[in-house]
Amino acid sequence: MSAVAAPQASGYNFAYLDEQTKRMIRRAILKGIAIPGYQVPFASREMPMPYGWGTGGVQVTAAIIGPDDVLKVIDQGSDDTTNAVSIRKFFAKTAGVATTTETKAATIIQTRHRIPERTLTEKQTIVYQVPIPEPLRFLEPRETETRKLHALADYGLMHVKLYEDIARHGHIATTYDYPVEVADRYVMNPSPTPKFDNPKMHMSEALQLFGAGREKRIYAVPPFTKVRSLDFEDHPFEVQKFDKPCALCAATNVYLDEVVLDDRGGRMFVCSDSDHCEERRAEGHRGELSGEAA
Amino acid sequence: MTANLNDKPLLSARNLGKHYGQRLGCRDVSFDLYEGEVLAVVGESGSGKSTLLSLLATELAPTAGRVDYRMRDGETRNLFDLSEAERRFLLRTDWGFVRQDARDGLRMGVSAGGNVGERLMAVGGRHYGRIRDTASDWLNRVEIGPERIDDLPKSFSGGMRQRLQIARNLVTHPRLVFMDEPTSSLDVSVQARLLDLIRGLVTELGLAVIIVTHDLAVARLLSHRIMVMRQGRVIETGLTDQVLDDPREAYTQLLVSSVLAA
Repeated sequence: MSAVAAPQASGYNFAYLDEQTKRMIRRAILKGIAIPGYQVPFASREMPMPYGWGTGGVQVTAAIIGPDDVLKVIDQGSDDTTNAVSIRKFFAKTAGVATTTETKAATIIQTRHRIPERTLTEKQTIVYQVPIPEPLRFLEPRETETRKLHALADYGLMHVKLYEDIARHGHIATTYDYPVEVADRYVMNPSPTPKFDNPKMHMSEALQLFGAGREKRIYAVPPFTKVRSLDFEDHPFEVQKFDKPCALCAATNVYLDEVVLDDRGGRMFVCSDSDHCEERRAEGHRGELSGEAA
Repeated sequence: MTANLNDKPLLSARNLGKHYGQRLGCRDVSFDLYEGEVLAVVGESGSGKSTLLSLLATELAPTAGRVDYRMRDGETRNLFDLSEAERRFLLRTDWGFVRQDARDGLRMGVSAGGNVGERLMAVGGRHYGRIRDTASDWLNRVEIGPERIDDLPKSFSGGMRQRLQIARNLVTHPRLVFMDEPTSSLDVSVQARLLDLIRGLVTELGLAVIIVTHDLAVARLLSHRIMVMRQGRVIETGLTDQVLDDPREAYTQLLVSSVLAA
């Protein structure tokens, strides 16, 4: 992954960050892989984008990307939103790498809020943008204390949160950023992906890296690692279910977005993973609204 | 009440002392506490009683002395040799700590049931229904209506908060409970009811209690033995009735005589 000349914007090092910074980030990544789920502090840099727009994910991607990599960036499952488009452009410009919207063609997928529907392979790495890496944050405000709780694997508090959910709503109402236990040890925030995606993290073939720029933390789930969503014996973990298939490609068992069609209550449910939807439509699958909306 | 006199003490402090730099917290405190025994530590503010309690609960590290504790497995260990993990485990299973200000002892943003259930979940309880049943049972035992189980402690009165704190501490059946002025922020009639409740639970569960108070009436009602502290030292110890009815030290005499008779 050494920097080589690439058709990129002049005046910048390969992939924007200087080599020493990338080395520092790679060290944090390696440590994170060695201790699955553990939040490794790193010297997060200022990036040319505001916090909350994926500064952590971008730094992780910059540290691991090479000239031969093919990059895909998604935001809420979609390749065409502002965040995804600008990060893709950023790397096309500063690293001169090939970019794609196809999940299967990508070697690195940077994501905000989704894991692609297509099962990732061992040749792929997924980089999550993380706003709040600390799962205990809203239960225990002191950083010194949360570190201690992680060190001692003292995770009773996490269940207090789930208990409160059930007491208030009758079921576990946490639907995104649903806490998981990694490799029977650390409790981890999976970033604000819907809990629908949690099972995809379990025993994934792909390396999963998490970067939180503002909070200056990197963590990782190595391939083939146990990832268990926390729950109660009598309130087991469940993913969201949808009554209807995707209105465009008729896919079932995928995560759907609700799209408002008019101001008279008209709405449709479509795949949140836009690449998955397009691929299915190219294969000839048709949903009930595909004629008019596609 | 001091049964098991032949047994080894549950907790024994030897020459315990704490200096904050040059300033003295407490010094040369030695005593034994047996199972089922209630010990009151009295003295004016600044006499070192809260420092002593923090030392015993391992919240502070001592500058001198040791505290031996007989664990549930019968083994006696110096508390200050325990690892952080062992200490925390002890704190949430075998011990309880009832604070003067309920806000320090409760999670104010978590419902009453969640507060009581926290310890159960911390020791591995993973069945919502059972945790809730136990929580509801304990709320009942401290005279909080089961319909309040999902209410936040914010909406509770001072007395209820203290009772909730007690339920939260006793749910794992601890053997030793520390109490730091549990009644002092309550008005008199509420105090009386709370003391009654504590006395009942202590007897029923055979708890050992170390209670810090400046209120001699509380000491008389609850404790078997009493330790009078002044300027960081223990100046008098003995059976509660004996010390309060026939104080030996001049300072204790002063304390006893300064109680207002109603």
